[in-house]
Amino acid sequence: MAYPADRKYTKEHEWAMKQGKDIVIGVTDHAQSALGDVVYIELPSVGRVLKSHETFGVVESIKAVSDLFSPLAGKVTAANDTVKNDPALVNRAAHGDAWLIKLEPSNPAEYDALMDAKAYEGFVQSLK
Amino acid sequence: MLKRTALFEEHQKLGGRLIDFGGWELPVQYSGVLNEHTACRTAAGIFDVSHMGEVHVEGPGAEAYLNYLVTNNVAKIEVGQAQYTAMCNGRGGIVDDLLIYKRSSGRFLVVVNASNTDKDFTWMKQVREQSRTRFGAFTLTNESARYTQIAVQGRKAQEILQPLSSVPLAPIKTYWFAEGSLLENVPAIIARTGYTGEDGFELYVPWEKGPDVWRAILDSGKPHGLKPCGLGARDTLRLEMKYALYGNELSDETNPIEAGLGWVTKFDKGDFVGRAAIEPIKQAGAKRQLVGIKLLDRGIPRHGYAVFGADGQERVGELTSGTMSPTLSIPIGIAYVDTKSAAPGTRITVDIRGNKLVGEVVPTPFYKRPY
Repeated sequence: MAYPADRKYTKEHEWAMKQGKDIVIGVTDHAQSALGDVVYIELPSVGRVLKSHETFGVVESIKAVSDLFSPLAGKVTAANDTVKNDPALVNRAAHGDAWLIKLEPSNPAEYDALMDAKAYEGFVQSLK
Repeated sequence: MLKRTALFEEHQKLGGRLIDFGGWELPVQYSGVLNEHTACRTAAGIFDVSHMGEVHVEGPGAEAYLNYLVTNNVAKIEVGQAQYTAMCNGRGGIVDDLLIYKRSSGRFLVVVNASNTDKDFTWMKQVREQSRTRFGAFTLTNESARYTQIAVQGRKAQEILQPLSSVPLAPIKTYWFAEGSLLENVPAIIARTGYTGEDGFELYVPWEKGPDVWRAILDSGKPHGLKPCGLGARDTLRLEMKYALYGNELSDETNPIEAGLGWVTKFDKGDFVGRAAIEPIKQAGAKRQLVGIKLLDRGIPRHGYAVFGADGQERVGELTSGTMSPTLSIPIGIAYVDTKSAAPGTRITVDIRGNKLVGEVVPTPFYKRPY
């Protein structure tokens, strides 16, 4: 799996991508594959302020419950209702339509400190 | 080092995702839990259940011994018949739930849960030692390492297996079995039993013949939509039937009455281990009961979550299992609740990460096969 180079990644298997002044956040293809069939997603309300590494939601597959951690601090500006209503979208389009939330970052420098695609690929390899 | 079944390499070839399941390296899934679950519900699924334990109980005293060991009435089953039962300790707690197959007069195959095999065998020996004078002679041998056990479950199971079987399958009724051969020369116990709620068979063949039989069934089943199914689908399939899973619904501390196993606990058969503790519970009524619940709110109930009354204040029980039902597409669970909250239709709430989500006690099984 080649991970898109247009975004950054975390060790919690989330991706973060710049979109205007917002950062879009989702889970990686590795995460959806490890989880298996995703059947439930819980996301924060718009306006909630998140700290870096704070739990902002939950992804559940048939077998597992997995917390979502915010890759950086900021205010939630959007949550993806489409994926809440169709959690399996995460399995079909983890890097695309199944984005989870958008954040207005309080410290944009945090974004630069995240892993790039190459580093994340190396990290995933190291787990095998 | 994890134990492996004879089918380990087959699972690898099929891309199974292998996990540690009670010390066994077994596939949790191949193509995906939902896909496998649906295949079993609409066509057929094949499962490696070789980790299950098999104990032979043989001799003139075997029947009397088993009838004292377990809660159901072993004297009621005929040659060729299988029986589901519980085995209890002296306090009425469930040591295990198991299947007994009567192979001939005085010859029984006892099939127990994988993770309990050693505990069960020790307990079975202990009961024999303590009560030796009650029974005639018999032998007790743990033959678990000699069997490959394969379950083929689903409405297409008979059609898939018939071409491979020396015996006609249609006459085998539910909870009966035949001894014959598969692939012409593989001796097999072919039982119409299962853990999915579908029609289907459980096959017992010699350990080393497992891969041949497994591959032949996969080939025969391909045109019928048969899929290999892992432990994940096995769990969701049994949960939709409210079949108990030892370690979740059953333990050494739960009694058969509260666990909904009163129907396999027979007080008219004479004494049995645990009877003195269980009979008063039966007479007084269990304090709590194992029930099916569904959530009306969005969320997934899971093992260990607390159950509260409709007002969310009074704690009335705890979830033992839960999932998103693949067949019904609603969140379902199994829970022990106080008897006053056990009637179908009772509103309850489930504490999920601090939120009290609304649910309801419902009649079970959750799923009934449509044929």
